[in-house]
This record gives sequence, C-alpha cells and structure tokens, in this order.
Amino acid sequence: MINRLVFENLRHRKVRTGLSALSIGFQVTMILAIVGLSQGMLKDSADRAKGVGADIWVKPPSTSAIQLSSATMPEKMLDAFMLQPHVIRAVGSYTVPLSGLSTLTGIDYQKFTGLSGPFKFVEGGPFQGKFDVIVDRWYQETYHKGVGDTVKALEKEWHVCGVVEPGKLARMFVPLATLQDVMSNPGKVSQALLKLDNPKETFAVISALKVELPEYKIYSVEELVSQFSVENVPGLKAFINVIVGLSIIVGFLVVSLTMYTTVLERTREIGILKALGASPGDIMGILVRETLLLAAGGWFAGILLSFGANWAINHFVRASIQSVITPDWWPIVAAIAVVASLLGALYPGMRAARQDAIEALSYE
Amino acid sequence: MSDSIISVQDLRKVYRVGELDVAALRGANLEVPKGEFLAIVGPSGSGKSTLFYILGGLAKPTSGKVAVGGEDLASLTDSGRTRLRRSKVGFVFQRYNLLPTLTALGNIEIARYIAGRQTGPLDKSFLELLRLLRIENRLDHKPRALSGGEQQRVAIARALVNHPAILLADEPTGNLDTENATAVLDVLRDLNERLGQTILMITHNPEAAAYAHRTVRMRDGRVLDN
Ligand SMILES: Nc1ncnc2c1ncn2[C@@H]1O[C@H](COP(=O)(O)OP(=O)(O)OP(=O)(O)O)[C@@H](O)[C@H]1O
Ligand SMILES: [Mg+2]
Repeated sequence: MINRLVFENLRHRKVRTGLSALSIGFQVTMILAIVGLSQGMLKDSADRAKGVGADIWVKPPSTSAIQLSSATMPEKMLDAFMLQPHVIRAVGSYTVPLSGLSTLTGIDYQKFTGLSGPFKFVEGGPFQGKFDVIVDRWYQETYHKGVGDTVKALEKEWHVCGVVEPGKLARMFVPLATLQDVMSNPGKVSQALLKLDNPKETFAVISALKVELPEYKIYSVEELVSQFSVENVPGLKAFINVIVGLSIIVGFLVVSLTMYTTVLERTREIGILKALGASPGDIMGILVRETLLLAAGGWFAGILLSFGANWAINHFVRASIQSVITPDWWPIVAAIAVVASLLGALYPGMRAARQDAIEALSYE
Repeated sequence: MSDSIISVQDLRKVYRVGELDVAALRGANLEVPKGEFLAIVGPSGSGKSTLFYILGGLAKPTSGKVAVGGEDLASLTDSGRTRLRRSKVGFVFQRYNLLPTLTALGNIEIARYIAGRQTGPLDKSFLELLRLLRIENRLDHKPRALSGGEQQRVAIARALVNHPAILLADEPTGNLDTENATAVLDVLRDLNERLGQTILMITHNPEAAAYAHRTVRMRDGRVLDN
C-alpha cells in the first residue's frame, strides 16, 4: 500500500522524476564510461601484446611494463639474445608516441613477421618505399585512410601501403630504419621481443637474462599482460576515485533538491498522513522509498546509457580509444547511486518527519 | 462521569509563536457520552479546532485533563499520540484533505494500512458503509475527478475505516453547497443512529448544528455552560 503511494507520488510528477532519475543516470554512465574506457584500452593493449606471439619482452631500464620505453636499447643486443639457449628469434621494435594516445612503431618487416607470423592484409601489402606505413583496420575505419592515402606524423608524409587486421603490437607500422633515421637515433630500439623453441623454458631463460642484464625489465608475456591493470597506470585509480566522488556529490545535490522541493510541496499531504496516524518513521520510510526508486531508475538508465556510450566509442573512435562494458561495476555504481540518493534524502526526510501536523494541515 | 467517551477538564493550550504566547484554550470543560452526536459552535478563534487537535492526538495539551476512551492524553508521548490517532480517532476536515495522487479507494486503504498494516479486502460492514455514503461506484476515481460532496464522503469513509471510537469533523460542510451539505449531514446522522458512532462536529451553520443531539458553544477558549 505504501508502495502504491510512493509509486503514485513519483508518477504524479513525471517530469521531475524523469529528470532526477536521468541526472543520477548520467552520474552512473560517467563512472561506467570512465571505467569502461580504462579497462577497454588496457584490454586492447594487452590483446595487442599477446597478439605478437613473443614469449619474452625485454625493455630498457627505468620503464614499466605498460609505459612506452624510450629507445635506448642497442640493436646489437638482439644478436646477443640469439646466443642464449632456447632463443630462436630476437626482434627489436621502436615505438614513438604521437599526439594523444597514438603511437608509431618501427619494425623490420621480415624479422617481425618471422617472429609473429604474417600480417593479415585487408588491402595492399608490405612496405615498398622508405616512407610507407601499414595501418590496421580500426585506424582505417576511424580516420578513413586506405592504401594510396598519406598520413602525416613526425612532420613527415607517410604513404599507406597496406591495411591489416588489428591485434598485433601496434596500429601504425613503419620501417624500423626509417624511424631510427627520422628520430636521429640510429641502431637503437625501445624493446626486444624474444621467441623460444619451447615456451616451457620461459622462466629459465628470463632468470638467465636477468643475471646478465640486471637493470633491464624482462617479462614473460603473461607477466606483461598482467601488468595492464588500472592500478598500474599512474594516476588512473585516483582519477576514477575523483569521478566517483564527484558523482556522489552531484547525485546527492540532485536528490536533495528534488526531495526538498517534494517535501515542501507535499507539506499538507504529510500533515494528512500524520492525522491518519503515520509516525515520523512512516513518513521517512515513504521518502526513502521514493528516493530508492529514483536511484534504481537512475541506475538502470545509466547502464543503458553506458551501452550507448560504449557503442559510440567503439564505433567512431576505436583507433584512439576503446571501451568495454563492465558488468562487475554495476553493483558498485548501484551502491554509489543509493548512497548518494539516501544522503540527499536525509535532510528533507528529517524535516518532513518532524513537521508539525497542525501547521502542515493549515499549510496552503 | 465514567460513561463519557470524552472527558475534558480545565484544558489549556498555549501556542508559542516566536516570542509570543497565544492562549487558544483557557480552561475548557466537556463531557461527551458514548454514541452522542455533538455539534460545537462558536466564533472564529474561539479554540474549536485546537480542541479537536488535542482530542485527536495531533497536539499536546499544555495543562488540564483530557481522556478519550479512558486513555489519559496528557501523559501520552509522541508515539502514544500516534497510536491514539491510528486506533481511536477519525478526522474529517473542511478541506477534505484526500491524498491527491491516490484514488478514493487508495485513500481508504492507506488509512487502513497506516493504522494496522492491514491489507486485503474490506470487510462486509465497511462495504455497507460505502453504499450508505453512496460512493461505492466512485472508488477508482482520483479526488480531482470527484465533486466536493463526494470527496467529503470519501474522507468520512477514510476516517471510519479503522472503526474509531470518535469521529471528529471540523466544519465538514463548510466548503459544500446546500445539497451536498445535506447529503453529508444525513450520512453523519445515519452513522450515528445506525452504528452508534460518536461524532463531534464543528460548524458555523445553525442548520447543520440542528442535526446533532446537542450543541455546545465555545468562546475565548472555553466551552460555555448551557
Ligand atoms: N498553530 C498555531 N500556532 C499559533 N497559534 C495558533 C495556531 N493554531 C491556532 N492558533 C490560535 O489559537 C486560537 C484558536 O484557534 P482555533 O483554530 O482553535 O480556532 P477556531 O475556533 O477553530 O477558529 P475557526 O472557526 O476560525 O476555525 C486562535 O487565536 C489562533 O490564532
Ligand atoms: Mg477551526
């Protein structure tokens, strides 16, 4: 019965109910989008790292697994790696950050495909000229560049010679020698990718390498991929916390305002309920239920909106940012919506519960 | 008088408005036997509504003795007065005071729910009452789709759904035209005669007061002897 009253009250002021739920929904979406983006981009990086097919990754000192390493590794080291037992291929790559989150990666085409397997070309083929670039299909879809088009990067014009399926190391590949030239950093690479004759030997080889190269960061592919988490991106966790905090505050304010207006507007009805024998707890209970319904509506709307945001990101800008749906965060955002809303309902609710019945009944 | 359902002795009520004390009741006395239909008349500001609020447990007496159905109201706590409103008292107001978002039936059911957490079908005698009030066909309408007379009859049904010991009607016909007022007064008299419902009714209208067994007059916060 109380539930019917609660429901009818919300239905009675459809627009306000809708707008409040939608504002809570946007808070929920904002959190889900940030988390979805973080996890989506980390997953994409991890997928591309796995897609290479290397068993061991060697990065120069003073970097972490997920940071771009500066190219301080002499190419000669690759030959030394080849002398290690079980290492059958050692390939260098050179990654240069461009604007935003995109990067340009230099590879030796023969050696890289020797380790990683051939590229799956959607159109075009391997490098022909010095300033050729191979892009992946997502890049093509986002930037509408195909074979024959030019791409500007590092103040040079690169000719797209091929478009490949995504999932291997990077989105834009150029010849390693060209990139070393352009960067005036000849003979250097930013990481080495090792392939073993038997993956079971990975840890033995890593141990051996660590003895010889104590300063270097040496990861198995599993170790590397496990590093792609929110915790390991500097500042990301804090950023997410700030967004969550802001969402709670905004949700609190929205619900406060809605409930405060509702309580004022319904002063008389609260008086009636008291005359019928409603206790302060009953009155509070009604407002809490209304608030919980708003929060639930907002939560649901927020999840729907997050599917929309996810689709838009993956459809329009997939080359630069990626997003995933994160159902493990749905209960968390539900809790956030509920906490923010209940905090918002607290003061208006207490005011209503304490309202003097006689004054309320004579309220115009 | 021990057979009184209402017993008021030297009742005083002072409202505090900022720095100011307003004495609304200044030593009122009243005895109402069970089953009486009593009309209360008197000039505006004489304390009639205040008396009702105290009898109905909406306000605390400042001093004096008040008993409803043998229960001493002066000693009741807030939650005690809430319980009193649930079980012993039904209010009917001049302005109907139906909850606008609920249907007529919803208004009746919420009163039943608040009083005793009761749900489920209404009992036979209450359905009888709805017929007596001639609102049995208007129950799924929201208040704004009902005439003033119908709204007031729904309010009476709502006030009676928990079988209160006393029905307190504060100018129940004040907002009604003659025809609707007569209908409401007929119903009140019927309730009193058929069910023995104790009714106290505040009114400014001598014709309305004529429906009651007895009329008392209030002035300056006191009930005048007659
Ligand atoms: N909530 C309140 N706060 C302060 N003073 C009040 C309050 N309610 C009533 N009063 C005062 O108490 C006195 C008695 O008021 P009450 O409403 O009981 O009179 P009444 O006889 O019902 O009048 P009316 O016929 O106009 O309804 C009046 O002087 C009024 O101004
Ligand atoms: Mg009055």
